[in-house]
Amino acid sequence: MFSSKRQSASEFTFEILVTLLMLIICFITLYPIWYVLVNAFNDGEDAMRGGIYWIPRVFSLTSFHAVFRSDGIMTAMWITVAKTVVGVIVHVFFTAMVAYAFSRKELIGRKVYMLIGTITMFFGGGLIPYYLLIRDLHLLDNFLVYIIPAAFSFFDLIIFLSFFREIPAGLEEAARIDGANDFQIFYKVIIPVSMPVVATIALFHGVYQWNDYFTGMIYMNDMDLQPIQTFLYRVVAQSSSNQMLAAMPSGVSVSVTSQSLKLATMVVTTAPIVIVYPFLQKYFVKGFMIGSIKG
Amino acid sequence: MSVKAETKPSSHQTATGRSSIQVWVQKLIAQRYLQVMALLGVAWMIVFNYIPMYGIIIAFKEFDIIHPISAAPWVGFDHFKEFLEDDSLGYVIKNTIGMSLIKLVIGFPLPILFALLMNELRSMIFKRWVQTITYLPHFLSWVVLGGIMATWLSDVGIVNKVLMALHFIQEPITYLAEPKYFWGIVITSDIWKELGWSAIIYLAAISSISPELYEAATIDGAGRGQKMWNITLPSIKGTISILFILAISGVLNSNFDQILVLRNQLNETSSNVIDVYVYQVGLLSGRYSYAAAVGLIKSVIALILLLGANSVTKRLNNTSLF
Repeated sequence: MFSSKRQSASEFTFEILVTLLMLIICFITLYPIWYVLVNAFNDGEDAMRGGIYWIPRVFSLTSFHAVFRSDGIMTAMWITVAKTVVGVIVHVFFTAMVAYAFSRKELIGRKVYMLIGTITMFFGGGLIPYYLLIRDLHLLDNFLVYIIPAAFSFFDLIIFLSFFREIPAGLEEAARIDGANDFQIFYKVIIPVSMPVVATIALFHGVYQWNDYFTGMIYMNDMDLQPIQTFLYRVVAQSSSNQMLAAMPSGVSVSVTSQSLKLATMVVTTAPIVIVYPFLQKYFVKGFMIGSIKG
Repeated sequence: MSVKAETKPSSHQTATGRSSIQVWVQKLIAQRYLQVMALLGVAWMIVFNYIPMYGIIIAFKEFDIIHPISAAPWVGFDHFKEFLEDDSLGYVIKNTIGMSLIKLVIGFPLPILFALLMNELRSMIFKRWVQTITYLPHFLSWVVLGGIMATWLSDVGIVNKVLMALHFIQEPITYLAEPKYFWGIVITSDIWKELGWSAIIYLAAISSISPELYEAATIDGAGRGQKMWNITLPSIKGTISILFILAISGVLNSNFDQILVLRNQLNETSSNVIDVYVYQVGLLSGRYSYAAAVGLIKSVIALILLLGANSVTKRLNNTSLF
């Protein structure tokens, strides 16, 4: 009796400590992002004086106006939107299609196909031979370099595969009796019942497409085809604020500085993904569960 | 199910005299749509995975960008020897392995610990909030994060202001310009970005543990710590092993996206890693054959590490990747 009371008291202390620790972790996670937000929503020239930590001192949207009026930034934005939308549709549909074929036990050559895929997970040609391939395929300075080389992933195929195995065979059977061929079964029966895994892979690939700057950096010389992340990379890593200033539309008020324009661009670039992911959370957690069971 | 129904009569037909090749062709025709769907994927892998593997032979040749690979003269192991004699070899290898090992030692157990502690939270609503918030940084790109860090770590940034206000330092430090801070910056920012995200898979594994195990332990009088140690941890051992194998095989895979954003001329000696080196000498300086040779050394060592880690965990606790 006495000892169990003491135990519950120590358990209570433990719970308080864990809760406190979690709150600290949440603060450390959010504050750097909050800091960028308040500075982006502050008047640019005023922000140069520093000291803005919690709320904007001189609230202003001029930096955001400048972002949306800059042709260079908006072009890059649209490239990012286009490559993400097209890239996700192609990647999900193509990878799921191949995964469905691989999931059918009667597929002749299935073991060989799986072996061909498994090897690619453990060994690759590396950057240089890959670059030469992209060049030989005439994908340099070509929008399709964002789509075709990213159309398939064997890792994602495995996630699809383990999901497809759980689908009851009766569903396909009914469609087959109605005279549907395997491809029709795939997109009319399998895809609609696989929405959790489709959403998971779509999110993962969407994040990749949205955040990838490397493809744009090495395969694109044409500035009109570079995505916003590549544009930001040149600004951030090469600290070429000149490019930032060049991107400023003429006639913008002097209170916009290259720093405030940079912060506003970062906010605009990140906002869509940050708004979307909490709604997809239940799907990707499920997707991870498939992964953790199958290893 | 229809598969079985179809194959059974055909095996009878084999017995009644039709050759097995005919049966096989018939099966192939019946699954022609399936074959096309599968072979499109195989074709993609041959083009984007296997042709670059064939392209590795330029590491043993003197390739130039104008002529085809087949026309390039063989040079044997010349490029490999050259890399071993290169002045930057020392710090490139040291940075690659050093940063990865520290990431492994600190960054690998932290998400496990985080998941275990999060599992102790009683309030489901609070737990979900913690999860959602700690996933957030995973969705930021390294470019944006690099921008945030450049702002924070600059000489007039918030880090200097706080440290100076607390009298830890007298003069502002330009952190990204000094090699000695680079590893710390890389490892800290990596943990900040991925701690919550890496914990998902462990939380998923924990959630599939049978509640009966905990109930039985409660009846036996086990406290929270004991349950964590004796039930939760052993139950997720398999997941931990698999992720450990993958982490070991990735030791030479520095986070290219991250390092490319944070590195500069000034911190070169502690920021250059194999991946960046290959990119610089290969794509920026155009020494394709030499860079491909360096890349190949990396791929081979990574494969050996993977096989090694796999056989070790297989022997230790019977879990393995293959």
